[in-house]
Amino acid sequence: MTTQSPALGTTGTEAGPAQPESTPEGRRATPPKLARGQANWAVKIFLAVLCLLWLLPTIGLLVTSFREPDAANSTGWWTVLAAPFSNWSVENYRQVLLEEDFGLAFLNSFVITIPATIIPILFAAFAAYAFTFMKFFGRDFLFILIVGLLVVPNQVALVPLLQLYAQADLVGTFAAVWLAHTGFGMPLAIFILRGYMQTLPRSIIESASVDGASHFTTFWRLIVPMSVPALAAFAIFQFLWVWNDLLIALLFLGAGDNIAVTVRLAGLIGSAGQGWQLLTAGAFITISVPLLVFIALQRYFVRGLTSGSVKG
Amino acid sequence: MIKIINAVLAVLAGVGGAMVLYFVLNFAVERLPGKWEYRIKPYVFIGPALLVIGVFLIYPAVQTLVYSFANDDSTEFVGLQNYTELLASEAFRRTLLNTLLWIIIVPAVVVVMGMAVAVLADRLGARSEKTTKTIIFLPMAISGVGAAAIWGFIYATRPDTQDQIGLLNAIVVGLGFDPVAWLQIDTAKLNSLLLMVIMIWTQVGFAMVLLSAAIKSVPEETLEAARIDGATEVQTFFRVIVPQIWATVITVFITVLIGVMKVFDIVYTTTNGNFNTNVIAVQFFNELFTNGNNGYAGAIVIMLMIAIIPVMAYQVRHFKKQEAA
Repeated sequence: MTTQSPALGTTGTEAGPAQPESTPEGRRATPPKLARGQANWAVKIFLAVLCLLWLLPTIGLLVTSFREPDAANSTGWWTVLAAPFSNWSVENYRQVLLEEDFGLAFLNSFVITIPATIIPILFAAFAAYAFTFMKFFGRDFLFILIVGLLVVPNQVALVPLLQLYAQADLVGTFAAVWLAHTGFGMPLAIFILRGYMQTLPRSIIESASVDGASHFTTFWRLIVPMSVPALAAFAIFQFLWVWNDLLIALLFLGAGDNIAVTVRLAGLIGSAGQGWQLLTAGAFITISVPLLVFIALQRYFVRGLTSGSVKG
Repeated sequence: MIKIINAVLAVLAGVGGAMVLYFVLNFAVERLPGKWEYRIKPYVFIGPALLVIGVFLIYPAVQTLVYSFANDDSTEFVGLQNYTELLASEAFRRTLLNTLLWIIIVPAVVVVMGMAVAVLADRLGARSEKTTKTIIFLPMAISGVGAAAIWGFIYATRPDTQDQIGLLNAIVVGLGFDPVAWLQIDTAKLNSLLLMVIMIWTQVGFAMVLLSAAIKSVPEETLEAARIDGATEVQTFFRVIVPQIWATVITVFITVLIGVMKVFDIVYTTTNGNFNTNVIAVQFFNELFTNGNNGYAGAIVIMLMIAIIPVMAYQVRHFKKQEAA
């Protein structure tokens, strides 16, 4: 994700035909593949150490965010282990939310992220429907173009877009980032949704059209409800991507009233000399939303990631 | 409070506007006489999507190519001068070298570590496997900026007269050495490597999830057959499992590779490319935003784009093969 890309720096570049039921969970019904439950102590220790290393940085952040400013600035966070039940405080959170405008940035990030997630899904679902169930001139060519665009870096579009926005007086507006994220997310969204829609039984669409349903009705009443797993997978993907994005928010919104939470946090890191503890509270607020979304919806997300690409 | 109401209104306006667009277009096209309705309708469905792709990706990409041949404020064509100047500059060559190191090291390490965790965690009990995987996967949800903040508490440096608040230096000092300014030391690319660790930390989970699903879908019979023939676990892994999941390995590798080529947040928020840690996306940002040089910025991303074209070609070829199958 980070980055990502996508993700989070990542783009699920090969999410081919999605298979709703072929999740890792689904497969576990078959007998264990390798040697389930046969880990020796070396494997167990290795994984335990790895998990500890993986968690340690985040634990440090979390602990520091609840320490008193003086303590956080003068001693390491691990020193609380000596006296684990004293000197906790939520002062950092209070200060960062009220005095450092993090509350506003936090709110802004929702205003940025929700439409920047829903609009591309809407556009992409219609387009994917047309690519899957309609015949029209240029269909195959256009789709190949979209496949090619999957790997194009966003940076290639930024200089002219900045000028375009300046002319249209859109710099600093939410609409500017919604539209940019809609455009940048579109190829992947269409690709994932079309891959999924292709696995839906065609007979249903045909019988709907015999019954006199228009494409518009078929789309809303049949295809959208049936495509929920793919829609959800992409929605989570795009939500994480937009919430975590720094570059686009920095360029198009900057540090004005509509500042995004990532930009605000980057600002705090830049001036961290005097306020480590504020930085930690800010960072934890920033990462809490994607972490919650991620933990709550992990199954959909994993399903989205693994669909198709497993088949290769 | 007013801010929250404004926020809700903004969200509703954005989402509602997009919905209304389709209803109006569809309403209009359904009024067309018989045949025309069916000819036009597909374009109504793909129209908005194609429009945003055109306006936000294709047009700007072409424009960027044009700007890359023009001067800093895009008023005059200068031919290949931006490219030659950049390539001749010591700083940009260091940026290229750093980016190349990221490209060589990060995707490979991510794939190997993701594979190791996938294979080893598969041998744990079902519950421990799930816990292990969730812990490794979690950082994927954390932004580059958030990750940089988190790792700041690992790499932080204080003068040796004070207590260290960075974990790494606390260990170093505890062992009796002087504190080290980790992110300022470019000997043996130390600081770049430490920044790569942050990226690896966020990406291993992604590789693990995809590879684990692939490994679990390897047919049991092929493993049985190998075992009956007397293959060891290691032989079974490299000769039976790896060939069958190779397509997934490539997918993961390419996805991480593309992410690494564009890496921005981590470097921007930790060093901003100073101390010889610059990478392409950060230098692009600084040329565009700090130096206001559209020509250099354009030339940098076009070079990035050229580096990505082979991946794009692979992608398209792979897709065509899959469609034909």
